[in-house]
Amino acid sequence: MSERGAIGVGRTRVPLRAGFVLILLLLYFPIALLFVFSFNTSSVLSFPLREFTLDWYGAALTDGALLASARNSILVGVVAASIATTLGLAVSIAFSRFRFRGRLLLLGLAVLPLIVPFIVLGVSLFLLFTFLDVPRSLLTIAVGHSIIALPFATLILLARMGGIDPALEDAAMDLGATYAVTLRRVVLPLIGPTLLSAWLTCFIVSFDEVAIALFLAGRDPTFPVFLYGQLRFAQRLPVLIAMAVLLMIGTVILTLVAFRLRQRQP
Amino acid sequence: MLGRRGFLRFLALPPYVWLAAFLLAPVLLIGVISFRPEPGPIDFGEPWTPSLVQYGRILETASYLRQLAISAVMALIVAASATMLAFPVAYFLAFRAGERASLYLVLLLVPAAVSFLLRVMAWRLMLGQEGGINSALQWLGLTKEPLDLLIYSRSAVVVTLVYVWIPFATLPIYAAMGRIDRRQLEAAADLGAGPWSRFWRVTVPLSLPGAAAAFFMVFIPTVGEYITPRLVGGSETYMYGQLIQDFFGRAASWATGSAAAVIMLVLTVVLVLVATRLVNLRRLTA
Repeated sequence: MSERGAIGVGRTRVPLRAGFVLILLLLYFPIALLFVFSFNTSSVLSFPLREFTLDWYGAALTDGALLASARNSILVGVVAASIATTLGLAVSIAFSRFRFRGRLLLLGLAVLPLIVPFIVLGVSLFLLFTFLDVPRSLLTIAVGHSIIALPFATLILLARMGGIDPALEDAAMDLGATYAVTLRRVVLPLIGPTLLSAWLTCFIVSFDEVAIALFLAGRDPTFPVFLYGQLRFAQRLPVLIAMAVLLMIGTVILTLVAFRLRQRQP
Repeated sequence: MLGRRGFLRFLALPPYVWLAAFLLAPVLLIGVISFRPEPGPIDFGEPWTPSLVQYGRILETASYLRQLAISAVMALIVAASATMLAFPVAYFLAFRAGERASLYLVLLLVPAAVSFLLRVMAWRLMLGQEGGINSALQWLGLTKEPLDLLIYSRSAVVVTLVYVWIPFATLPIYAAMGRIDRRQLEAAADLGAGPWSRFWRVTVPLSLPGAAAAFFMVFIPTVGEYITPRLVGGSETYMYGQLIQDFFGRAASWATGSAAAVIMLVLTVVLVLVATRLVNLRRLTA
């Protein structure tokens, strides 16, 4: 530890640890407050708190429209994550293992959605689907989400592909495996955990997304779209927040799993 | 059986097709529609002659330009604040946390995993007239009347967005710092550089690409924001993103909205290109 102190700013002069703890408290406080609010009988967040109740959770779990929107979000997330991860895997293998014309362009396009403001992508896809006469639905949301999740899948998988020695693939092919077999039997097992991590990351990106989804949603809303639409009804708020807290527990677990999977890879 | 070379087509073609269909085509489409002379609604079959009327409408309307400027300034403040707050956090994780760095990183990522809307709602509930802060202040006897400055203001939008983005902004800075070769710091020390000079002349320049990435990861989504200002902002926080949304919603002026969207897209892309000239972002992926 003293060694580390020697290469940074003097340990005593900048209270970094205290600053970090303060930022963490700041980050957790509003969420903790929502958590408390979801167990409070009053439908406005005001102090002093009233009585403890589980009613909002009960109401959330019996609210058909709310549950349907959560199910829709899962459906959209699964489709979007699967498309984005498959394409991201293809881009990362093509980019890291081949030299070809358009190689940089391919990677550039795959990460381009990172610099396109969501509102622009949202209205463009809205016009495209209108132009093509495609009715807006969960599928159109999933297509939009596959585009914004693609950069995440690509960058995560590209970093992992860089850590695998291409000589392993050469060896497999020297031993008579076709390239398809080499990818399936050599590359896939090596990147398996990263692949799952990328998929989970894409799923979470989609699950939480509202700015694009608002433009692409048809009659069936995803949970964030439903939530956004209901926010103007103040008395609905506690039920919505109870549901959001339940879903939050799910996404937090998935995020941690995705993080662990990636850390375990060398 | 396909050789390795032949397999490339199977790898490169699907992403090319998908991106052409759902990224390039829609962006081209708003480009084309932005040249329509009529604001909307649009009958795609009807013939029309290209004109710059819609761009003129945006660029000659003072209030639209003002909203664009406000959005840019707000995004600048949010991105700069989030990056500056994230910098010491990343520094702590990369240089001081030691063995526990990954635990701390997890602690930081948990709030980021909480739904965006939920986090914005948390601030709305805290800042509102009958909200947490006002009622706590009154309960404690510090104020008699609720303060209405808290919500529906520009600062409410800025504070909320900085809050939302801090964990996210930490990641690229932390990654850049993790790649700094510790021997460079030792070499600087051997050559007589003190802690501050090592920090400013070695650590900061080497983590700059990460900081730039963090800045843009916050700036781009913020400049196009239309949801947060609707939830915690008021009339003075009407942002350019809301303008675009309203052209497509209430006003049904798709052509004008397309021109507004194209202007925003061009400005962001130009900004990113300029930034990549200044800071070598490629070092991030290397």
